[in-house]
Amino acid sequence: MKWIGVSLLAASFLLPPFFAGDFYINLASQILIAAIFALSLNLLVGFGGMTSLGHASYLGVAAYISALLTSRYGFGHGTAAIVSIAGTTTMAAFFGVIALRATGLGFLMITLALSQVLWGLAYRMSNVTNGDNGVAGLTRPAPFGISLDSPASFYWFALIVTSFAFLMMATFVSSAFGSSLKGVRDQPRRMAALGFNPWLIRWITFVYAGFWGGISGLLYVYYNKYIHPTSLSTTSSAEALLGVIAGGSATLGGPVVGAALVLLLKNYASAYIERWNMLLGLVFLFIVLVMPIGIVPALGRWTTGLRRGSR
Amino acid sequence: MDDGITQGITMIPLAPDHALEIIDLKKAFGGLVVTQDVSLAIRPGERRLIIGPNGAGKTTLFNQISGDLRPDSGQIKLFGTDVTQFTPYKRAHFGLSRTYQIIMLFSGDTLEHNVTLGLLGLRRSRWQMWRPLSFYSDLATEARRTLDAVGLLHLAEHPVSDIAYGEKRRIELAMALAQKPRVLLLDEPLAGLSNTERSQVKSLIASIPRETTLIMIEHDMDTALDLAETVTLLNYGRVIADGGRDAVIADGRTREVYLGI
Repeated sequence: MKWIGVSLLAASFLLPPFFAGDFYINLASQILIAAIFALSLNLLVGFGGMTSLGHASYLGVAAYISALLTSRYGFGHGTAAIVSIAGTTTMAAFFGVIALRATGLGFLMITLALSQVLWGLAYRMSNVTNGDNGVAGLTRPAPFGISLDSPASFYWFALIVTSFAFLMMATFVSSAFGSSLKGVRDQPRRMAALGFNPWLIRWITFVYAGFWGGISGLLYVYYNKYIHPTSLSTTSSAEALLGVIAGGSATLGGPVVGAALVLLLKNYASAYIERWNMLLGLVFLFIVLVMPIGIVPALGRWTTGLRRGSR
Repeated sequence: MDDGITQGITMIPLAPDHALEIIDLKKAFGGLVVTQDVSLAIRPGERRLIIGPNGAGKTTLFNQISGDLRPDSGQIKLFGTDVTQFTPYKRAHFGLSRTYQIIMLFSGDTLEHNVTLGLLGLRRSRWQMWRPLSFYSDLATEARRTLDAVGLLHLAEHPVSDIAYGEKRRIELAMALAQKPRVLLLDEPLAGLSNTERSQVKSLIASIPRETTLIMIEHDMDTALDLAETVTLLNYGRVIADGGRDAVIADGRTREVYLGI
């Protein structure tokens, strides 16, 4: 039953380039990018119990580094990508040391503050970042000489990266380290008494989440060929967090479903309603009231309920 | 100790006289003194029972031994090494294990997973990120062996939230036993158990090998005294009486403070 669902979901990701028009293929690419971003955030929120309101920092900084290196300093995409990911991961290592001085609400506030600093820099340091105008006129890389300029080719590229990211993060949470992380989330004191180092476990996860946040940022800037300070904003962090919670944190499918939901609402609803944020808020409210554990876990319970009922 | 020769001598790894040594331990929460000049020396393999009325500072003492609480002053030594500044996880790697008075388990996870975490805590493989935990069949085998030892193998696949209170107490014990500790702190392992469960846990504790030094807080004197060789009586954070079981029990102060006779 579970496998049927999983393979249906996988198949649905293979179909768009064959049947859908460019608009939908592009939408699907955006969903994949948002899915990596949400999955990386969920390592912190769902599996680590560290609710962050600053995860857009990693997406934004990776995107900015790549954008500036390729457009302004004439670096190739390969070098730019490596520097961008290395830089973002290093930043996560530093931010982790600062943010993990606290847990819970304190942690949330520090991540928020740090991301606000970066957002402010992107806005105000206009001699470097071009400020409110953003960095435009970017190109997509051509891995192995294959152009990614068509919607379909970019979609395949994004799908490969996303599948790999999903696999890596799925392995991470089911590994011995992932078990340690979940243990530290649930009973930090017990875990310390058993010989685990809670701080180090949290910090490594923080850095790993920053790394994958950076990967999603690269895809993001490749897709949009443009980067603006709003990508670093709290709204951007909060949207992802909303998606994670709506989809179901501490599951692997939840963030993917949640990210898709937020993007679909954004793209569809904004065509009809000007204040689409309000609609997003209402949908979120509905989810929290009807299925507080999130869409994916709620569906899981519902199907097991059906199966038991039909016996 | 500035003398080089003395230092040279102390560095020779002799078999230490004491598994656990506590020297002049002090701890206060604001104006409330909870540990006052506590000194204890427990030999390797000893079975020590710590008794005292509620609020005597028994669990607070355990929390300082395990590292959950830092003492204000004094020293804690494990096998001759000063561990006073060690974090709890470092002490665990030094062979110290404990259970909790208030059950602290991973309630959403299976019994087997709970015990596996106990095993994993002392292994390098706890850092492994690229390999699913389920691939470690040796961990599963050993977790099941420990579950069998506490008589809960038949519930291995059940989540902790499904099992009865007495069974949870045994899982508390199983997690600690899985680590094969050199020093084991048991904080009221019999609390809230029925008579049948009591005798089960009692024989379980009695079967712990002598390689493990046992320090136990327990109120159920009938059961606990059978397990103990030495007894320490605490009151208002002070050691009132300390020594062989029969001597401490016969001591007038024990009767006065604790037994209320």
